[in-house]
Amino acid sequence: MECVFGLVGNGFSILVADTSAVHSILVHKSNEDKIMVLDSHKLIAASGESGDRVQFTEFIQKNVSLYQFRNGIPLTTAAAANFTRGELATALRKSPYMVNILMAGFDKETGPSLYYLDYIATLHKVDKAAFGYGSYFALSMMDRHFRSGMSVEEAIDLVDKCIIEIRSRLVVAPQNFVIKIVDKDGAREHAWRETVKETTAPPSA
Amino acid sequence: MSRRYDSRTTIFSPEGRLYQVEYAMEAIGNAGSAIGILSKDGVVLVGEKKVTSKLLQTSTSTEKMYKIDDHVACAVAGIMSDANILINTARVQAQRYTFAYQEPMPVEQLVQSLCDTKQGYTQFGGLRPFGVSFLFAGWDKNYGFQLYMSDPSGNYGGWKSAAVGANNQAAQSMLKQDYKDDITREEAVQLALKVLSKTMDSTSLTSDKLELAEVFLTPGGKVKYQVCSPDSLSKLLVKYGVTQPAAESS
Repeated sequence: MECVFGLVGNGFSILVADTSAVHSILVHKSNEDKIMVLDSHKLIAASGESGDRVQFTEFIQKNVSLYQFRNGIPLTTAAAANFTRGELATALRKSPYMVNILMAGFDKETGPSLYYLDYIATLHKVDKAAFGYGSYFALSMMDRHFRSGMSVEEAIDLVDKCIIEIRSRLVVAPQNFVIKIVDKDGAREHAWRETVKETTAPPSA
Repeated sequence: MSRRYDSRTTIFSPEGRLYQVEYAMEAIGNAGSAIGILSKDGVVLVGEKKVTSKLLQTSTSTEKMYKIDDHVACAVAGIMSDANILINTARVQAQRYTFAYQEPMPVEQLVQSLCDTKQGYTQFGGLRPFGVSFLFAGWDKNYGFQLYMSDPSGNYGGWKSAAVGANNQAAQSMLKQDYKDDITREEAVQLALKVLSKTMDSTSLTSDKLELAEVFLTPGGKVKYQVCSPDSLSKLLVKYGVTQPAAESS
């Protein structure tokens, strides 16, 4: 089942998400990227109802880029997070989106940041956060091993610890994970942690 | 001939003019003037108060300067009742932005949103345009100190120094001559008072005919909008030699 988590290090933020598209007891796909690059220096990871997840994150992404086109300046991560919260809160009393969001970004003035936003529009600025069934393991692991100002190597090491724990202790553990990073050089994919390769053709007899 | 096109704001004349918009600008030409100067460490606004009667009791300390948000203020030239509407919309816009993003609204966006409102009245539905020109002074984290001037057509632009209202062309050309790029806020105040004293109709410049406001950063790095009190304004006028010190008896 779904596992999305993230943390802030020294000059960067990392987001990790499982890549399983699940329906009932079936895994339909194991390379579904749930972390969207919002703009040059922002990442948004979402868990929840998969239709809502895609619809809402794209809606936010398009609005953030519309702001940039209109005004010639990008939104800060804090502004984008608060805007997202506002949209989610407005929708909550009309037709709610079942999405939990982690937003990571890097700003010149404030450095790296991570925002926690759940489906009932609670917004928190945090150093580490997690959603989904994996959160029980990821959070305890990060409580034990996280400290502020970690290097990229240390942070990735901690991410791997979390993934190992999820894989070994969660009955419904997802196969694959994607790791993305955002720092002063921008937002980008960092690595994948795969146990199953997505096959394009059925195995030959 | 032009009569046929006068009454409609939304219709071009055969020469390609919008008479109502032009008349609105004409109306501002008769209003008390205002001058804004951008300096290294702040923005200065001065305005001429037209109505000065001993019997008039004003509720606010300023009648030409309005604070829009913590980081933006404006000076008005034109019809005050029109201006009040626009100032109200500007304040609402600024608060809406803060509500959505939890950040102060960038100055240019605020000016633009207000000018969109102004523009709407030159195009839609038989209303008259707003007879107001604004000078906006503000600070934001992206572009620092800024000064904008807007007119009834909905045009706006960023300026180093600008003048609106009566005699604005004379004031503008004086500013063009005396403005230096590295001017300090103190020098800007001096220049603004000098220019206003020369372009105003009245012979003697006194603090009760003037308003002075500044937007600057405190040593703590916070934006501050400050209106000069009449007392310190009188002292400034004497200090810069714009008026003679008043005799004690009067």
